[in-house]
Amino acid sequence: MFGYYLDLALRSLKRNKVLTALMVIAIAVGIGASMTTLTVMHLLSGDPVPTRSGTLFYPQVDGNPTPGDFKQPLDVMDYQSAVDLWGAHRADAQTLVVDSPVRLSAPGVNLPTLMPSMLSTTSDFFPMFDVPFRYGSGWSADDDARHARVAVISDDLNHKLFGGRDSVGQVLRLRDTDVRIVGVLRSWRPSPVFYTVAGGRFANGDTADFYGKTQDVFTPFFTGLELNDGNFQQFTCWHMPERPGHLQNSPCAWVRLWVQLGDAGKVAAYKQFLDGYAAQQASLGRIVRPQNTRLRSLMQWLDYNGVVPGDVRLQTWLAFAFLAICLFNMIGLLLAKFLRRSGEIGVRRALGASRGAVFAQCLVEAGLVGLIGGIGGLGLTLLGLWLVRRQPVAYADLAHLDVSMFVATFVTAIAASLLAGVLPAFRASRVAPGLQLKTL
Amino acid sequence: MQIRPILAALRRHRMATVLIALEIALACAVLCNACFLIAGRIDAIQVDSGVDEASLATVQLAGYENAHAVDLNARVLTGLGSIAGVQSVSLLNSIPFGARRGTAGITTDMAGKHFGGVVEFYVGGPGSLSALGTRLVAGRNPQPDDFRPFTALMPDDASVQVTRALAEHLWPGVDPLGKEFWLDKSHFRVVGVIDHLVRPDPGGWPGDSRDWSVFVPAQSSVYLSGSYLLRAAPTDLPRVLRDARAAIAKIAPDAVLDQDGTQTLGDLRTRSFQKDRAMIGMLVGVIVALLLVTALGIVGLASFWVAQRRRQIGIRRAIGATRRDILHYFQTENFLIVSFGIVLGMVLAYALNLLLMTHYELPRLPLAYLPIGAVALWLLGQLAVLGPALRAAAVPPVVATRG
Repeated sequence: MFGYYLDLALRSLKRNKVLTALMVIAIAVGIGASMTTLTVMHLLSGDPVPTRSGTLFYPQVDGNPTPGDFKQPLDVMDYQSAVDLWGAHRADAQTLVVDSPVRLSAPGVNLPTLMPSMLSTTSDFFPMFDVPFRYGSGWSADDDARHARVAVISDDLNHKLFGGRDSVGQVLRLRDTDVRIVGVLRSWRPSPVFYTVAGGRFANGDTADFYGKTQDVFTPFFTGLELNDGNFQQFTCWHMPERPGHLQNSPCAWVRLWVQLGDAGKVAAYKQFLDGYAAQQASLGRIVRPQNTRLRSLMQWLDYNGVVPGDVRLQTWLAFAFLAICLFNMIGLLLAKFLRRSGEIGVRRALGASRGAVFAQCLVEAGLVGLIGGIGGLGLTLLGLWLVRRQPVAYADLAHLDVSMFVATFVTAIAASLLAGVLPAFRASRVAPGLQLKTL
Repeated sequence: MQIRPILAALRRHRMATVLIALEIALACAVLCNACFLIAGRIDAIQVDSGVDEASLATVQLAGYENAHAVDLNARVLTGLGSIAGVQSVSLLNSIPFGARRGTAGITTDMAGKHFGGVVEFYVGGPGSLSALGTRLVAGRNPQPDDFRPFTALMPDDASVQVTRALAEHLWPGVDPLGKEFWLDKSHFRVVGVIDHLVRPDPGGWPGDSRDWSVFVPAQSSVYLSGSYLLRAAPTDLPRVLRDARAAIAKIAPDAVLDQDGTQTLGDLRTRSFQKDRAMIGMLVGVIVALLLVTALGIVGLASFWVAQRRRQIGIRRAIGATRRDILHYFQTENFLIVSFGIVLGMVLAYALNLLLMTHYELPRLPLAYLPIGAVALWLLGQLAVLGPALRAAAVPPVVATRG
């Protein structure tokens, strides 16, 4: 039966080529616009660590001693709170994170001095965030404790300095300190670079920069603080730091802590530990809002920071409003098309076709338009994504169609056209056969 | 032209009429809001920086040791100053449309109780304010002894120039000269008011707050180093900047030139609004596609109606209607449908605007956008219906006698 309807639909579409073309264009343009923005949305609002994001949490305590009725703790922690909580080792894994620009050169490599961004972190960082290695591995907890002069570098930097070969064991000069490379990452592009996301709620939706590349050099936390002392940036300070750039025990918030907690029980226990720590610090007078602690999961933290740029959300709204207009357009055209064939429908009904059969046949025709429109829409989506890649935004290189969005393009196109077809098909199935036969 | 027979005919095609009207309504809502968004972006792009962008460039250095900062400054100032065509080289921590190093919240009392807003502190060495070319509207420019040495992030006591927008925000309706404000323990006294001095990142700030800047005169120091303002004649500027980039390797081998940050102010400005330009492009694209799809929808439906009414048109022509009458019939019909759509569309436009206002920091849609959207859609409707209406007018009276 379906084959027969498909044949009828093809004949009908061929009969009025202009009307068919108008409908296909409308659906293709609407699908192209909405799938382009939806693909960008999908990429930017996705899970940066799909394997274990459910177990990653971002603890916060309010280290600002200024009295006041602040509803939320600061986005990042002061040095003492962060290091205390990290040192307690109450989670399955925990890591401190801070980034700073560092002067970098490689002895024996003929390149001008670089100023890449360096991430100072602790050994758990790599296993916790499932960071892929090409050569070597991360460092050990012992290296953290000894302030070992070791480093892990990104795939990008390895290509730039060593042409992509195994550079484990090579020496890098970070500012004035020599560090030995112990690991080289595989190309790693978490989007966003979630572990340094903070302050998104103050960004007025201008958050595209969260989607840039990762840092190029990773060093043990305390090693990094020593070798790049004087070059650290605060998130915020409640008083001027005595020596800017040196932030240990300064009145500033600048260190991030991430913890891994395997199950709900551990999460509850950790929250209790966090509250206990804040209360204890409050009794020492260092903290004035001990109730201001948070333990957001990775995805909650990204959501709280509104990481998807405002422009992208606005474009998605617009694209869907546009798709809605295209659909209204298509409903009107389908209605015209079906009712024009009232005579033919009348004959079919008189010969015994049920209302359901007429309805189904009309829907098949609408679906076919959707399928053809979907193919056109796919082309326009690819064109749209190409345009996005040419935009001057940090996430531009991410804008590619993946399999799920490829399938979604056709599903949306057919679903949209079936939806548009329901009303006209219903009207067509209500055609009174007697009246139509009389006018033939 | 009689409207009642048209309305009566439309009543028989209620569903199609409603669909077209709804499509027009949605198009009207999106059109008004998209135009409004475009106007907002254009306004942002055209911000008055208050400085001579065409004559200015910046050189940004990093990676040097703090202990050598003052020495580095001296080397760079003399070194770059000797390049042919350079009118002046000076120190400036933040750069309009470029590096941002002085964003901080101020208070208008010493105790820190009265928050005055988040402003940009342009800390600059001798000659930097005059190099910028800002226009003084009250008080005085910095004098040689205003430029004092300092040893913390910010000078702890300074006589400063503020922008008019900031003065009006902090002390509305009052003469700002002699007024004071604080940043933590640092104390500032206003001695001059400048017309405009835009923030480094005006895009992220609403309304007048993008112009809330303070100029703080200071001497070369660890905390005012590595960021230089070059002034040259606009025609010399690209060559001067090229020479400066080359010269830095010799003048300051201990520092790393920030390739990305070392630009002319014109280039920095273009770059800082690239995203807005891309958004304008996207919005214009949506508007064009939207109008096109709406027009095609009208053409499709009008053609269908003309074909369906061929016989009736023939009868009307046979009993004396002129071609012009038939043409006007379809034009009026289209005008009526589009008008229904527009009335609904204005309500929708406001609803959409309210929705956008809750999600983005957008102002209310000014009423002036509604007639613009209405006229655009009326014109579009008339243009789209012209083809089918002419075809209808060409139907010969003899059709009435056939079939």
